[in-house]
Amino acid sequence: MNRFSYHRAGTVAEAVKALSDEPAARLIAGGTNLVDLMKYNVETPSTLIDVTRVEALKGITETEDGGLRIGALVANNTVAYDERVNARFPLLASAILAGATPQLRNAATTGGNLNQRTRCYYFYDIQTPCNKREPGSGCGAIGGLNRIHAILGASEQCIATHPSDMCVGLAALGAEVHIAGPTGERVIAFADYHRLPGDSPQHDNTLRHGEIVVAVVLPQGSQGYAGHYSYLKLRDRLSYAFALVSVAAALEIEGGVIASARIALGGVAHKPWRRQDAEDSLVGRPADDRAFAEAAGLLVSGALGHQHNAFKIDLACRAIVRALAQAAAGTPQSQTDKRIA
Amino acid sequence: MPAHAIVGTQTVPIEITLNGVRLSLDVSPSTTLLDLLRHDLVLTGTKKGCDHGQCGACTVIIDGSRINSCLQLAVMQDGKSITTIEGLAQDGVLHPLQTAFIERDAFQCGYCTPGQICSGVALIEEGHAVTRAEIREHMSGNICRCGAYPNIVDAIEDVLVQRGQLQREAAE
Ligand SMILES: Cc1cc2nc3c(=O)[nH]c(=O)nc-3n(C[C@H](O)[C@H](O)[C@H](O)COP(=O)(O)OP(=O)(O)OC[C@H]3O[C@@H](n4cnc5c(N)ncnc54)[C@H](O)[C@@H]3O)c2cc1C
Ligand code: SF4
Ligand code: FES
Ligand code: FES
Repeated sequence: MNRFSYHRAGTVAEAVKALSDEPAARLIAGGTNLVDLMKYNVETPSTLIDVTRVEALKGITETEDGGLRIGALVANNTVAYDERVNARFPLLASAILAGATPQLRNAATTGGNLNQRTRCYYFYDIQTPCNKREPGSGCGAIGGLNRIHAILGASEQCIATHPSDMCVGLAALGAEVHIAGPTGERVIAFADYHRLPGDSPQHDNTLRHGEIVVAVVLPQGSQGYAGHYSYLKLRDRLSYAFALVSVAAALEIEGGVIASARIALGGVAHKPWRRQDAEDSLVGRPADDRAFAEAAGLLVSGALGHQHNAFKIDLACRAIVRALAQAAAGTPQSQTDKRIA
Repeated sequence: MPAHAIVGTQTVPIEITLNGVRLSLDVSPSTTLLDLLRHDLVLTGTKKGCDHGQCGACTVIIDGSRINSCLQLAVMQDGKSITTIEGLAQDGVLHPLQTAFIERDAFQCGYCTPGQICSGVALIEEGHAVTRAEIREHMSGNICRCGAYPNIVDAIEDVLVQRGQLQREAAE
């Protein structure tokens, strides 16, 4: 780990200023991703800005229009066991509990989870080329080991995936990301928060210099999915492993017919993957496997496999169909008993 | 200790309560809590397995929450209360889970054991696990290279049963 200075921020404004003043400064919250990356010298911050004492980033509160605001510092486990979240947005609770471990979820924060970096092996190994870590150096994964890499939305510069489970749930629920920066506050739709790698894979998301995430807001309108949802995560072992493919599925069903649908995929792209046409294709249809398979085909259309990850295309299709069936039946995937019903 | 505006690369003064004892320390910003415990304070009960959040051997209890100490910076623990394996026994009497680990032979080499026990103690307090399947899932953050898992689950189940939190199931 490099030497760095430590700055404990007391307010959002102070954190924003400290971050704006120093290009190589980093925020630290739960530390579970940043400290890990610092130990590998992937991150070498000049200053760590500790935001864990900032009151304005804490707590889960009701919004005026019936949504739920989750402060950037709220621990992943706190969100997952919150009664309001479980009653109104159980898909989010389930997605969080599918990830990491109890210990990690106790430390990991909402803001940190959103901003965690990829788990690409080459990104982690400073001896190897990586355009995300060192723009222009090349990509170790293309032509290298790429079992965990993207099948959708990748570029010739980078085929990394965003590793979060929580973010897949937030994407399906159409959350908002609330941001504070040097020029004030702004709100980004979840779908626009993370980005595709294109020719600048060093940027995981659309945060600008000096900006920080202050909260995530779950909109009142997504409460309608509480009855028909499922988060299905497929991985190399049953717990304590990142997703190869995951699906957040949410339906509104009226009289046996799908009234609205949300489907987000994890483990397959640089951001949680959604497609409007796939979701629209389900509306007005009976909730059956034929409709689900069609939606799955649309959602993964254009998928491109590499040497070790082409299996993900078929796996994703099957997982989408299964997750939609679980959602339709009102029998969400259990995150304890990993058998897939 | 003010809540903000501590800046510098030099050592930073912190106050923590460790196993019930208040300590005033000067720590370097880059020292992890795990290294503070093992190297500076010579409390070597807490183990370093992977140093990257991947094994759970370093699990300690911070303000009631189980956390991997290898990914926590010591400087950020200012004002917190930390319990390690050394702090679980009270007045020379082992914690019920420590006793259950001995009775159930829930370890072989013992390297993962302090982390397993701290994790298990927190699991019992959390109250989310009331079946064997749930105990297994809620202990999945602690890897045991020797594979003592069935006995670890037995030990935790014993304490949950003692506390009326779990009805023992028929043998699997
Ligand atoms: C072994 C292991 C297994 C894991 N398994 C999973 C898994 O299966 N599924 C999963 O989803 N995750 C998994 N994780 C990742 C874990 O969820 C993340 O490490 C965690 O969510 C990061 O949150 P944090 O608060 O600890 O972030 P930190 O490490 O503190 O920060 C991470 C990044 O976010 C930035 N940041 C923090 N807060 C803010 C903010 N408010 N605004 C802007 N930027 C901010 C930091 O500057 C840093 O770049 C795993 C981690 C480990 C170590
Ligand atoms: S896939 Fe992206 S993160 Fe991985 S080596 Fe290539 S450029 Fe780096
Ligand atoms: S030493 Fe901390 S998780 Fe392995
Ligand atoms: S007893 Fe040896 S690692 Fe668990």
